[in-house]
Amino acid sequence: MAVAPLTDTVLRMHGIEKSFLGVRVLHGVDLDLRAGEVHALMGENGAGKSTLMKVLAGVYQADAGSIELDGRPVAFAHPLEAQQAGVSTVFQEFNLLPERTIAENVFLGREPRRRGMVDADRMNADTAALLDGLGLDSLTPDRRVRTLSVAGQQIVEIVKALSYDARIISMDEPTAALADEEVELLYRLVGTLRDRGVAILYVSHRLKEIFDLADRVTVLKDGALVDTVAIGEITSDELVRKMVGRPITSFFPDKLGGTTAGDVRLRIAGGGNDQLDGIDLEVRAGEITALAGLQGSGRTEIAHALFGVARFTRGVVELDGRPVRLRSAREAVRAGLALVTEDRKAEGLALNQSVAANARLVLDAVLGGRGTKRIPGILSSLELSSRGGDQEVRFLSGGNQQKVVLAKWLATDPAVMVLDEPTRGIDVGAKQKVYTLMRELSAWGVAILMISSELQEVIGMADRVVVLRDGRIAGELPAGSDEESVMALATGQETA
Amino acid sequence: MTATTTRPRLSRRLGSTELVYAALLGVLAIGAVLVAVRGGNLFGTANLVDMLTRSSLLGFVALGQTFVILCGSLDLSVGYVMALCSLIGATTMAGDPAKVPLGIAAVLVVAAGIGLLNGLIVSVLKVNPFIATLGMGLVIKGYLDTTYKGPAGEVPSSFQQFGYSRIGFLPVSTAVMLVAVVLGILYLRRTRTGYHMFAVGGSAEVARLSGIRTGRVVVMAHVLCAVAAGVAGLLVAARFGTGSALVYSSGYDLDSIAAVVLGGTLLMGGRGGIAGTLGGVLILAVLDTVFNILQVDPFFKDVLRGVVIIAAVAIYARRQIDRKASRPRFGNGPPPEPAPDPPVPVGQGADR
Amino acid sequence: MTATATRTAGARAVAGRLFGGGSATVFALLALVFVAILFLNPSFFEPPSLMAFAKKAAPLVILAVGQYLVIVCGELDLSVGSLVGAQVVIAAALIDGEESRTVPVLLVMLAFGVLVGLVNGLVVTVLKVHSLIATLGMMLVLYGAIRLWTGGAPTGALSDGFRQVGREGIDMPVLRQLPWALPVAVVVVVAGVALMRKPFGRTLITTGDNERAAAFAGVRVWRVRTVAFVLSSVLATLAGVLIGGYAGVTAQVGEGLEFTAITAVVLGGVVLGGGRGTVLAAMAGALTVEALFTLFNQLSLPSTVRPTVQGVIIIAAVAWAARERRRPFLPPQS
Repeated sequence: MAVAPLTDTVLRMHGIEKSFLGVRVLHGVDLDLRAGEVHALMGENGAGKSTLMKVLAGVYQADAGSIELDGRPVAFAHPLEAQQAGVSTVFQEFNLLPERTIAENVFLGREPRRRGMVDADRMNADTAALLDGLGLDSLTPDRRVRTLSVAGQQIVEIVKALSYDARIISMDEPTAALADEEVELLYRLVGTLRDRGVAILYVSHRLKEIFDLADRVTVLKDGALVDTVAIGEITSDELVRKMVGRPITSFFPDKLGGTTAGDVRLRIAGGGNDQLDGIDLEVRAGEITALAGLQGSGRTEIAHALFGVARFTRGVVELDGRPVRLRSAREAVRAGLALVTEDRKAEGLALNQSVAANARLVLDAVLGGRGTKRIPGILSSLELSSRGGDQEVRFLSGGNQQKVVLAKWLATDPAVMVLDEPTRGIDVGAKQKVYTLMRELSAWGVAILMISSELQEVIGMADRVVVLRDGRIAGELPAGSDEESVMALATGQETA
Repeated sequence: MTATTTRPRLSRRLGSTELVYAALLGVLAIGAVLVAVRGGNLFGTANLVDMLTRSSLLGFVALGQTFVILCGSLDLSVGYVMALCSLIGATTMAGDPAKVPLGIAAVLVVAAGIGLLNGLIVSVLKVNPFIATLGMGLVIKGYLDTTYKGPAGEVPSSFQQFGYSRIGFLPVSTAVMLVAVVLGILYLRRTRTGYHMFAVGGSAEVARLSGIRTGRVVVMAHVLCAVAAGVAGLLVAARFGTGSALVYSSGYDLDSIAAVVLGGTLLMGGRGGIAGTLGGVLILAVLDTVFNILQVDPFFKDVLRGVVIIAAVAIYARRQIDRKASRPRFGNGPPPEPAPDPPVPVGQGADR
Repeated sequence: MTATATRTAGARAVAGRLFGGGSATVFALLALVFVAILFLNPSFFEPPSLMAFAKKAAPLVILAVGQYLVIVCGELDLSVGSLVGAQVVIAAALIDGEESRTVPVLLVMLAFGVLVGLVNGLVVTVLKVHSLIATLGMMLVLYGAIRLWTGGAPTGALSDGFRQVGREGIDMPVLRQLPWALPVAVVVVVAGVALMRKPFGRTLITTGDNERAAAFAGVRVWRVRTVAFVLSSVLATLAGVLIGGYAGVTAQVGEGLEFTAITAVVLGGVVLGGGRGTVLAAMAGALTVEALFTLFNQLSLPSTVRPTVQGVIIIAAVAWAARERRRPFLPPQS
């Protein structure tokens, strides 16, 4: 294939806006891709990277703005249209059929035919040619996808993209699930692709990879474009600063008078399973300990391990000094733990049930329904009137739904409260309420472990910040640290 | 080469189709011994014919059932379709050899129509396939019980050949069934729709993302299933010489599912095939014959059927693979097997 | 939320409480059917005839409550018809006309019902076989095992004591007879409603609504579902006692009852997949089905038409409930 000159712009996205249910996620973002370049897309969780990628992929349609391929305006109503136009995307969740072969997956939906029957020979030959072209001649097209490793499956997605003559390939966190040797393989593939003039949009958090592979990098923050620079003209420090640098606001309530750090209520020593290793964590009464880190760094896995989902296989967990074996959510609750899960709709609420039913759920499940008299009081202190107690939760706003989840757990009078992304997707007023509640709980002596991707929130609320990276603890920072320090630990910038 | 995984376990290396035929050989062996102890010969002509005859009827039904199960759907109306078609065939033919083609055509049209309805109710109205086909079966049952008070119609002796004649020890009906099986295998392995049936069953979402019209594929599968049941109905008519509604109580719906699942097709869809189903059919036919020779209580067969279905689903349904592969970061050992999904979602139509 | 939104939501909530969410339809349908019967045969509403209707409808109401418990937690129980038949046959064979054996045999039946429910529940929750397959298999096993035991046809005879509950009642003025079946059914319905208000009932419906949320909240999902299956089987046993008394022992006792029970529940707006619906709605569904059958008798429709009507009702009811899923949905929030 002829190598296109690097100045050849193949994609121009201009003024892309996107909102979901009234919440603006992208504010007029511009992005352009040149043939044969690796263009990194960076930003913290929630900055809008994945939304932008999905707009390009045709999964979402932009509310405003334009997309031009080779100077021609395009609008993709369906991901297949994007693919057929030469824009392919490799998502973190692969769109493959595990029981079918590589060739069958690559040509799914457009199997070549001869005399009315599927021409399996041609399908296999074409797939083999694509694999050979990438230097992967040890993978045969008749292998079932489920026998492949993650790296192998990723290759199938790339081959699929190439079979559509992709000129642009977006990759979402491609190395997130890969082992080190497999990352080398990916580097090689990326190199081969760029030599062929394919433009690669590379979404990743890993600074090392960005600096190894990318030609240019675009930084998004809070849904808006911060800057697009050539990789040679920026340092990793500057890059991190672009991603997170914000003026500190006094949005967060101060600590209540009389809040003192008490005993250690939750201790994890040497905790590990197949996603975590060497987790040493202490959460004290009256303190808010934040658990920060990038997506996939293992924070939610710690919360889940405490609740009996994918338990710790190594190490010890102690509650109030007593070692405990937390084999189920029930045992965790009995031991005094509470977990406000990350995804309230999928894991925290029974949407067709009433507010009252949801609020009583843990009491009903674990404590035989005792203690429900407290609930109306708790609901009203959260400014959620119990007159609406019969209302089905699915009619509530995100903020009110989160209040129901909080009420549910507050009713159990927990000693340790784990909050996973407690303010995700809720309005400002509700956020304030949640922060105030956390301060009150702290003053009351509850030990709080807050998992959050919002650095502002981490800095504004935490007494201590523990940063995770790749399943291990990368470091600990005191209150008053700045966002850059947290991000630096989270991305491993110092070891880059 | 880092793109490969650890060595697959032995059972996977063998492939489920091979396993089924190995099981068939095992059943034949044990059956032969038990029969020999009684002084008989399992492989004597009479018994061979018996086994093959039993397999022909179920073979047609299970063949059709394979298509719908592969798509992630199900058809519980097949017994009623069989009964209805046997009656339609026999009454249309009305003893007149010249009307045989008409009778066959009538059956095919009616069966295809029922299959079309089933497919549309599942794919367009999004009714759970169990409910949709169960309901359809009940509708047909009501019609049959009201319209026909007993056997009806007459099958001319020329068509009865289909039911009775043999080539050596191979019944013609079984031969036709085997031809149908081969055609079915070719359909699944060579046509686009066949490929797409695996895709829709594997993941309707992935199929849709690739531009496949999942509704059409499901409808096609239901049509093929109903037509196969219709042919089975013709066979019933040919054997009895007349049409009969009784056959809907013979449990062919569950037997066909048992044969398909025994044959290694996942109840959730997406993997399997007709070759395996044939193995399952043969196993059930051999078991039937052996029980018959040993004069085992027929009700015991019902108990066994129930247990076999549950056991087969419990064993086979554990092989469910998660789409997002996750590998362990720490610790040694193979990647963890994710928890199995329920085989067919209740109340959510053909896709999930 | 705006004031108007809160008000309409409040009103909706009250209606929801009364009619169990989407099941306002079934009460309307029930009323409609009764009106139709009224036209054709006003004497139906005379007390003695109403009592006769209650006697006839009671077993289905009881079965519907049992099926409701299973469906509301996300499962299905197709073995109840076979179980009813099995229990009646067991009763006849063991009692064999001996009055004194009535109570012990009833206990045996109860134990058997609990056993069947346990097996169903454990096969579904521990072996992870889908409830449809598991209970379909159990249906076959029960069918074959009972006939194996009796040699094909039911043997023995029921005692008068046994038949009391299903057939007899208290002689009274005006009503002529208050059948035992009526208070039994009422007690079951009331108990069902009460159970759903207790912690167990709430965890049951929540499990059907969102299994993951229930699990994270400490619900022992496997236990809750297994109990539901046991209750379904026990209630089926009770229904069997009533049916045995009312209709006697035949080889076909119980055949097709599971489909009728599911029709009743689905008609009552209880959604397959769980999480929605009430006991009262299931009861209304059962009454509607029985009323429809009465209507058919009035219209002199042959009983052989029933399956067709049932089939159409099941499909229509589930299709109606599924209509929300046919509308295109919004993209997820990022």
